[in-house]
Amino acid sequence: MSPTNYLLLSALLFSIGAVGVLVRRNAVVVFMCIELMLNAVNLTLVTFSRINGTLDGQVMAFFVMVVAAAEVVVGLAIITSIFRTRQSSSVDDANLLKY
Amino acid sequence: MNAANDVVAVLAQEAITAPAVDGIAVAPLLVVLGGACISVLIEAFLPRHQRWPVQVTWAGLVIVVALVSLAGYALGSPQPVVTLGESLSVDSPTLFLWGTLLLLGIPSLLMIADRSVEPGGAFIPSAAERAASRVGGGGTGGTGGSSEHADRSYGLPGQAPTMQTEMFPFVLFALGGMMAFVAANDLLTMFIALEVLSLPLYLMCGLARRRRLLSQEAAVKYFLLGAFGSAFFLYGVALLYGYSGSVRLSEISAAAAGSTRSDTLLFAGLALLLVGLLFKGSVAPFHTWTPDVYQGAPTPVTAFMAACTKVAAFGAIARVLYVAFGSTRWEWRGVLWAIAVLSMAVGAVLGLTQTDVKRMVAYSSIAHAGFLLLGTMAITPEGTSGTLFYLLAYGFTTVAVFGVISLVRDSEGEASHLSQWAGLAKRSPVVAGVMTFLLLALAGLPLTSGFTAKFAVFSAALSDGMAPLVVIALVASAVAAFFYLRVIVLMYFSEPAADGPTVVVPGAFTTAAITLGVLVTLLLGILPTPALQWAGAGAFSG
Repeated sequence: MSPTNYLLLSALLFSIGAVGVLVRRNAVVVFMCIELMLNAVNLTLVTFSRINGTLDGQVMAFFVMVVAAAEVVVGLAIITSIFRTRQSSSVDDANLLKY
Repeated sequence: MNAANDVVAVLAQEAITAPAVDGIAVAPLLVVLGGACISVLIEAFLPRHQRWPVQVTWAGLVIVVALVSLAGYALGSPQPVVTLGESLSVDSPTLFLWGTLLLLGIPSLLMIADRSVEPGGAFIPSAAERAASRVGGGGTGGTGGSSEHADRSYGLPGQAPTMQTEMFPFVLFALGGMMAFVAANDLLTMFIALEVLSLPLYLMCGLARRRRLLSQEAAVKYFLLGAFGSAFFLYGVALLYGYSGSVRLSEISAAAAGSTRSDTLLFAGLALLLVGLLFKGSVAPFHTWTPDVYQGAPTPVTAFMAACTKVAAFGAIARVLYVAFGSTRWEWRGVLWAIAVLSMAVGAVLGLTQTDVKRMVAYSSIAHAGFLLLGTMAITPEGTSGTLFYLLAYGFTTVAVFGVISLVRDSEGEASHLSQWAGLAKRSPVVAGVMTFLLLALAGLPLTSGFTAKFAVFSAALSDGMAPLVVIALVASAVAAFFYLRVIVLMYFSEPAADGPTVVVPGAFTTAAITLGVLVTLLLGILPTPALQWAGAGAFSG
């Protein structure tokens, strides 16, 4: 199977993630969509790594995974703290700051 | 299917050797990041009531030592070096930006450490129970930060509850990330640095003592949009890796000149990369988080974020455009023209409609981001030096502006609504005078740093063939000057309300921060030559 198919799949996954961020209301689901985008990038990186015949892309995928893990820690902490205050994790409810 | 054999061959031919490290060149970065790690240990092992003095002293010491080592290295007028496995490029703009970031770190740190303006400091970890009981009753962004018993453990009995001292490691990590961000010579390092600078900032936004709901909302918005932006950045990195087979900026530039791959990959990669970078620099149309986060975050954090993040983001944008995409600038420049015009227009026009001082400064920062983009688009030495000087000037003015904003308070905390600033000159002529000077600097009047900075950037843009854009920028400056003047008129020519806010007399820390900002703004306006020469000492190298 041609590696190009993996690139198309990862572009599709990235788009699904991006659309999910824009249309979903729950902060945790929005955050999961962002993680989906990061993992789509990982697929792109390892595919290009194979096409280019260098290992850099695979190494970068590990870095991305570590960063994604750190982001989960910070993100869930922030979402938890606002959930405790508001009893809601909907991003539509947090609407005090506008205009 | 011989790809597996290829990988084995690659593994066999490259023995892994430890990269050479030019320790003296990267010493400021190592000092800041190492200091941040030790700061975490201080937080872990010292009893709570001892942490504030130790953490403040340590953070100040780290910044000063980093500055001294930077000055020691920079004064020897060193050659540009690329070190740490070619991942960091320590050239003349890097040294200037490191100096700017560290110098801006001092007033930011002083404001964050201040415990006189907000008794006990502006940050507490959590007021969850108290705020939860308030939110049912209408949720007007209440004050809910005075849960005495919850904070009592953060100070000795009988003292005011002290602040969350985890702020100090956050500040140091964010500073270290910014320093790595502007020096990054490959896109992977840039991505890691982006996260190292962003993650502490997300958390710092949500720790306000007053107006917790606004603060937490700002943190959630900043985090979700920031993570969204960095995902785009990363996809751009992946596409550029696919195009050039490397993420090193110089190799992307080389590939752009002679690669057989489709240019679609190159320009799609650049576009996605710029989405992430322009998001950090709060350039319209990626600016939507800026007003909300500037307003909701605790004011000392807003000051730090507004000044230092702008420096880091535009330092990185300038480096990427100059080193990696300088040779293809005729292809992408049109798009950035549109973005710069949009940013100046959005900042200047929407700034007119704001009723909150912090939001107004946020829109002003969006307009300034448009001006800065002019300098980064000019791929000339004048463009680079103008941008660098602009960042230095804008950073100090902004820190001082937020310092002044934090002083005008009523019983609910900061009185940031514009109507509450009416007649401020009658209550406190000094604060009104300082604010007037700073707003004139933001507007770009002569004898302030703002004028010199705008002049440097606009003349660089003009000489690189962007005359229409400079005309638009001048119009936008004039429109933006109107909303700065509106605040000045309000302060001097309106009657103060009977129950208006008071102006707090700040302690030594905030006073020092504001004084530093005002002095630098004045000095760079009167005597810009040394700083301009330093900014123009050399171009980006990679």
